[in-house]
Amino acid sequence: MIAHALTFGFLCLGLAMACNVFRLVRGPTTVDRILAFDTLTVNAITLIILFGIRETSDLYFEAALLLAMVGFVSTVAYCKFLLRSDIVE
Amino acid sequence: MILVLLVLLPFLGAVATALVSRGGRDACAVTAGVATAVALGLLGALAPGVVAGEVVQASVGWVPALGLQASFFVDALGLTLAGLILGVGLLVVVYARYYLAAADPPGRFYAFLLLFQGAMLGVALSSNVLLLLVFWELTSLSSFLLIGYWRHLPEARRGARMALTVTGAGGLSLLAGLLLLGHSAGTYELPVLLQRREAIQGSPLYLPALLLILGGCFTKSAQFPFHFWLPQAMAAPTPVSAYLHSATMVKAGIFLLARLWPVLAGTEAWFLIVTTTGLVTMLVGAVSALFEDDLKGLLARSTISQLGLLTMLFGLGTRMGAVVGVFHLVNHALFKAALFMNAGIVDHEAGTRDVKGLGGLGSLMPVAATVAVVASAAMAGVPPLNGFLSKEMMLEEAAHTRLLGQAWLVPVVVTVGATLSVAYALRYVVRVYFGARRGEALASGQGAGAHHDSCAPPEASRGPEAGRGGGAAAPHDPPLGMGAPSVLLGALALVVGLFPETLAGPLVRAASAAVIGGAPPGFTLALWHGFTPALGMSVVALVGGAGVLAVHGGAEKVWRRLGVPDPAGWFEAGLGAAVKGSRKLTLAIHDGSLQRGLALLVGTAVMVGFVGFGGAKHTAGERPPMPVEMLTVLAWVLLVTATGAAVVMHRRRYLPLLFMGVVSMIMALAFIFLSAPDLALTQVSVDVVTILLLLLALNLLPQQSPPETTRRRRVRDAVLALLGGVGMGSAAWAVMTRERKTLADYYWTHAKPEGGGTNVVNVILVDFRGFDTFGEIVVLGTAALAIFALLETANRGEAGRRLAQWKPGRPLSPERYPLILIAVTRLLLPFAIVTALFMFLRGHDHPGGGFVAGLVVAIAVLMQYLASGFDWADRRVRPDHHALIGWGVLVAALTGLGALVFGRPFLTSAFWHPRLPFVGEIALSTAMVFDAGVTLAVVGAVMLALAQLASASKRAKQWAEKRERGEHGGAP
Repeated sequence: MIAHALTFGFLCLGLAMACNVFRLVRGPTTVDRILAFDTLTVNAITLIILFGIRETSDLYFEAALLLAMVGFVSTVAYCKFLLRSDIVE
Repeated sequence: MILVLLVLLPFLGAVATALVSRGGRDACAVTAGVATAVALGLLGALAPGVVAGEVVQASVGWVPALGLQASFFVDALGLTLAGLILGVGLLVVVYARYYLAAADPPGRFYAFLLLFQGAMLGVALSSNVLLLLVFWELTSLSSFLLIGYWRHLPEARRGARMALTVTGAGGLSLLAGLLLLGHSAGTYELPVLLQRREAIQGSPLYLPALLLILGGCFTKSAQFPFHFWLPQAMAAPTPVSAYLHSATMVKAGIFLLARLWPVLAGTEAWFLIVTTTGLVTMLVGAVSALFEDDLKGLLARSTISQLGLLTMLFGLGTRMGAVVGVFHLVNHALFKAALFMNAGIVDHEAGTRDVKGLGGLGSLMPVAATVAVVASAAMAGVPPLNGFLSKEMMLEEAAHTRLLGQAWLVPVVVTVGATLSVAYALRYVVRVYFGARRGEALASGQGAGAHHDSCAPPEASRGPEAGRGGGAAAPHDPPLGMGAPSVLLGALALVVGLFPETLAGPLVRAASAAVIGGAPPGFTLALWHGFTPALGMSVVALVGGAGVLAVHGGAEKVWRRLGVPDPAGWFEAGLGAAVKGSRKLTLAIHDGSLQRGLALLVGTAVMVGFVGFGGAKHTAGERPPMPVEMLTVLAWVLLVTATGAAVVMHRRRYLPLLFMGVVSMIMALAFIFLSAPDLALTQVSVDVVTILLLLLALNLLPQQSPPETTRRRRVRDAVLALLGGVGMGSAAWAVMTRERKTLADYYWTHAKPEGGGTNVVNVILVDFRGFDTFGEIVVLGTAALAIFALLETANRGEAGRRLAQWKPGRPLSPERYPLILIAVTRLLLPFAIVTALFMFLRGHDHPGGGFVAGLVVAIAVLMQYLASGFDWADRRVRPDHHALIGWGVLVAALTGLGALVFGRPFLTSAFWHPRLPFVGEIALSTAMVFDAGVTLAVVGAVMLALAQLASASKRAKQWAEKRERGEHGGAP
């Protein structure tokens, strides 16, 4: 059962990430692209967790944790750059 | 062991002096004096045995793996030079205490002086010729520091640079020569090497070795045509001149000639080259001394002449020549050091060193005048002083030497040389201390600006001493401490002349025996040898010298009109041309275009790769490929898409940054997929830091790249990229499809038992390849410091002008510090720190480690800067970034060195797995301390880069605001 659920999960995530990258490339605005990037980060975190479940290993959990904790910083920095041009002021 | 301590003492003294430098001149002088005096005492304890013919040896391991020993020995020759170094050194220490002004940093002076002293002692006492070379180079370096002591004076810097270039080049020549010598002798230990005369002189390498070694000796001892650096070095403080340029350093070349005399001398080549060089130098030095107006310049040129005399004596290759050489070496050191000190006193008191501005000081400074008379008389070779004895013996030797088949040549040349030396010695005394008193000129300082010939540095006589001494007060005898050393040296010159056999006989006999490597010829040191040819030549020289001085005025006019060539000027011009040429060459090869550099780099790599490919077997690999998953294909497609998009949109600089984030994330996923969680962690955190720093930099850069490539260049780049990519990809494919034994197995089996950790990646980083990691954090720290240095000067020059013109390219949002962001980041800070700690602590056994931990801490702090603003965050971040980097490297280095204390190799780690109640087993390891060093360095480097980038944009913004206010203010 879990194997099927995982396959389904991977399928969905793969589709989602493809959509993200499509939006990233197409735009049309920069804000679209940043949003796509942020969603991509969230999907990546999920992907790592799912992969850990499939491999039945907790070794990969830290990577997901770290990405969850610091991944948003890049998004914030991208946005701040658009808003203020200077990200540390 | 006393010997090793003896050589080490000046170095220890140098450190101690530097440490007490805050105590002022007295503390420094006393420390330096004590170190020198103790060393002198140790040498004195060895002296009786050595003079009796004993050779004291000592050695310690230097590079045992190469069989190198740091070995020292002292025989009578080494003892003589070491005695001069320490004896004159002690007097110079005392003299300098009174000579230095209150504004001169005494710690630096004495530390350099002792450094030089130690280096010189090393030259005198080294038994291994390679060790001797090391000390030889050290004398060049320390003399550079000493000559350039007054670093605010351009002529001091110029003189120091010239001395270093000339003697440094000579050092290289000597290195080659001594290597050849050691090779043909089959040993590098001097006591053994000196026994192998036949092997060395019979070797085809003899002539090249001789020429190269002479290159070293002649540059160091200022022999023609390398003599020009010595007058330029007179920009040094006078104690330095008295020490380096009369008694010790310039004698190093002569010492080496004497040292290697047994194995090098006695051949036709030696005789011709060395004797001729000596004679020419003697004449050139003496003539130029006669027309030199700067007192120290005069003495420097007379030193050149006397060094030429010494070279000539050793060049003769006769045993008696060696005896006279040793005797005159000591005599010259005594009277010349006294004269230099005397010149310094005159300068100090009268405020000028210009002969033309001085006169009649004798009645004002009777003691100094007496010393000057005695020492000059010794230099001129007037009986009954020591200089007379050795000069008489020299003339005797020269009288029966044939050069180029001519019996008259050498006697005539040395008689002319002696005559000139009488003339310049007389000139020194008569012009400074006798004749009309030029008090008014002295008091008002007019003399200081007098005319100079082109050879002397124009400001030499207006050195920093000018004006510090006399001022309006009339010149008078110096204080006891300043006068006493020269009085003592002058007195020694006198008593050695009066009682030569008693005072100098045993030492000269023993030292010349050491030079010759056998029994010295029978001789007696005495004032009266009967009516000999030498006596006649002496009389001619004395009378002639007085005559030359009488017609000096007329001769000087002729001399000026001749326009004598200026080798120092040529040297400078040559150096300038060389610098210009190499700059041109560098620019031709490397014109600063990054595209071009990259194209060359990749092109070379492609070429090398394909050449290698052409010569290899082209069978396909046998290893079966792994099954392909749908997910990996998708990730690959996304990766390629994002990379392609970055290339297509590269002109809008912001977008590639976004795609870089995507690429980096997919890379992290790939690492996960390939079971490399450590790499994934590093990739994620490095990516965040990189994006932040790049965005910071992008703020000050144009937002668009202008199209600047031609079609041809694009084709070139495309071809290169294709070839490089295909080559790299196929190489990777070829490697991955082959089964081969890898290093991995070794690490898997040894990580736990030897490194104490189960995370092989971390164990490799902190233990097996810890030295690499150490090097990397040093590089990281250095790079951060380079960013600091480059941006610190960004508001100057061209970059500063552009920065001042900077303005934001588009309308900005008014909200500087979004509230939600502030709240979230502050809340996240402790969590992030705990995560970092967790990563750090578990790193040895599980994914994580110091590098990742450092990055996470850095990101956690960067978030605060980002959200709450630079000022808010900077106030709360206490540690200085520079200090963090420094501590990181230091902690890592000390941990590594800790292993040495236990006799293990650098960076061997110790580990311990104690079991604590409640917590369970924990892993403790010294590698963890090393890892902490890595963390500190990483945090420091990242923060430093951020702070510098942020403050650069802050400056730009402030200027922009100021400009705007100015415009608005000016409009109404």
